[in-house]
Amino acid sequence: MFTCGIKSLGVITVVALFSGMIMALQTGIEMMRFHLEENIGTAVMVSMLREMGPFMTGLILAASVGSAIAAQVGTMVVSEEISALETMSIDPVRFLVMPRLIAMAIMTPILSFYTCVTGVIGGGIVGVTQLGVPWWTYFDNSTLFATTKDLYVGLFKAFLFGIIIVIVACHEGFSASQGAVGVGIATRRSVIASFLAILIVGYFVTKICYI
Amino acid sequence: MITFENVTKILGQKTVLDGIDVEIKDGETFVIVGASGAGKSVMLKNIVRLLTPDDGRVMIDGDCISEASANELETIREKFGVLFQSGALLAWMSIGENVALPLREKTDMDETEIVDRAREKLALVGLEDSFHKLPSEISGGMVKRAALARAIVRNPRIVLYDEPTSGLDPVTARTIDSLIEQMRRELAVTSVVVTHDLHSALAIGTRIAMLHSGRIIELSTPDAFIRSAEPIVKGFLESQYITKRGSWEGATK
Repeated sequence: MFTCGIKSLGVITVVALFSGMIMALQTGIEMMRFHLEENIGTAVMVSMLREMGPFMTGLILAASVGSAIAAQVGTMVVSEEISALETMSIDPVRFLVMPRLIAMAIMTPILSFYTCVTGVIGGGIVGVTQLGVPWWTYFDNSTLFATTKDLYVGLFKAFLFGIIIVIVACHEGFSASQGAVGVGIATRRSVIASFLAILIVGYFVTKICYI
Repeated sequence: MITFENVTKILGQKTVLDGIDVEIKDGETFVIVGASGAGKSVMLKNIVRLLTPDDGRVMIDGDCISEASANELETIREKFGVLFQSGALLAWMSIGENVALPLREKTDMDETEIVDRAREKLALVGLEDSFHKLPSEISGGMVKRAALARAIVRNPRIVLYDEPTSGLDPVTARTIDSLIEQMRRELAVTSVVVTHDLHSALAIGTRIAMLHSGRIIELSTPDAFIRSAEPIVKGFLESQYITKRGSWEGATK
């Protein structure tokens, strides 16, 4: 959990903050043409809760934690550590996969929520300093259209993404062969497959929950 | 007793083991030698079912490990300790935790007993001071000795050694040989050793089998092995400067 969560906080903070700022700036510039910039908080909050929060968290964790898991498991395969576990009658799935699965299933929704909050704060900074929207207006409007369903669906997506990242990474790691080259291939495939799975699953969860 | 019954193993297009029939008796140190790619490690992996024969079967004390169910496999594997070529210690665990791992995961022993047993086995291989060190903090020879301590921590009846002396300096290699011999003498452990090192094979083996093209072409005691009339065996012996007198004739030529 420390590796999945605390060690990822730095990069998640930076990405979430600037994503919120970019989103507020791009949307705000267009909204200013119609004098609707006071509603920028709504746009940022709904976007972050429904899609951007879990999506960005998933991608960051797939690239950082997922790749690390694939590389670690792959290295264990090629250095016969997995074989050693098997000969000791220790199930590698229970010993290696389950703790990572539980850690990611718990930490990804928490980090996703943190991403949303940080992104909304980033949007608020831009709203106040660039668009002239008062803090209280920004935050008041940000909760105007966001519902608890948005929060739950976003957290559910993040939960699914965490599980997907670990399953894909471990699968690719266990499939590694041919030494260091094989570990590199497994790591690359893990990141690509996780990205694609996050995109596709994210779309279908949105479709099921909102249509 | 370990019995190979007409075991054939094909990897890719190559028949690595071609109808192997052999019995490894309780308490003996059975050494498998041969050139690279001869199938030595494949034979070893079939014993503990890290690989499964394409034809034939491997029996452990009358139980067929090749066709055992998951539960049966777990029971049969409790008889084994395996020393892998690289040591295969888990990199994030200390030496002590590595050695204690099989006890923590597979026994009901309390923590004090586990630590005591791990320390006892580490002392046996001369690593009692390395309990808290990581595998990356000790030498290759020490990693192999730690891996041996892990292999024997549950007092297995059968220990499999995959290239136990490869990559080690001669002094450390002889230390590992002494430990294997000590296992047989003091604990009556059945050992199966895969090695390129004929000096080691002749020193510790009660019987030596030479694999070539997937078949055992020589199976004899060390004394008979160095007197073999088989040209491939003679060539293998001469490649390591071993003659019928056990001298180092070639080294001075």
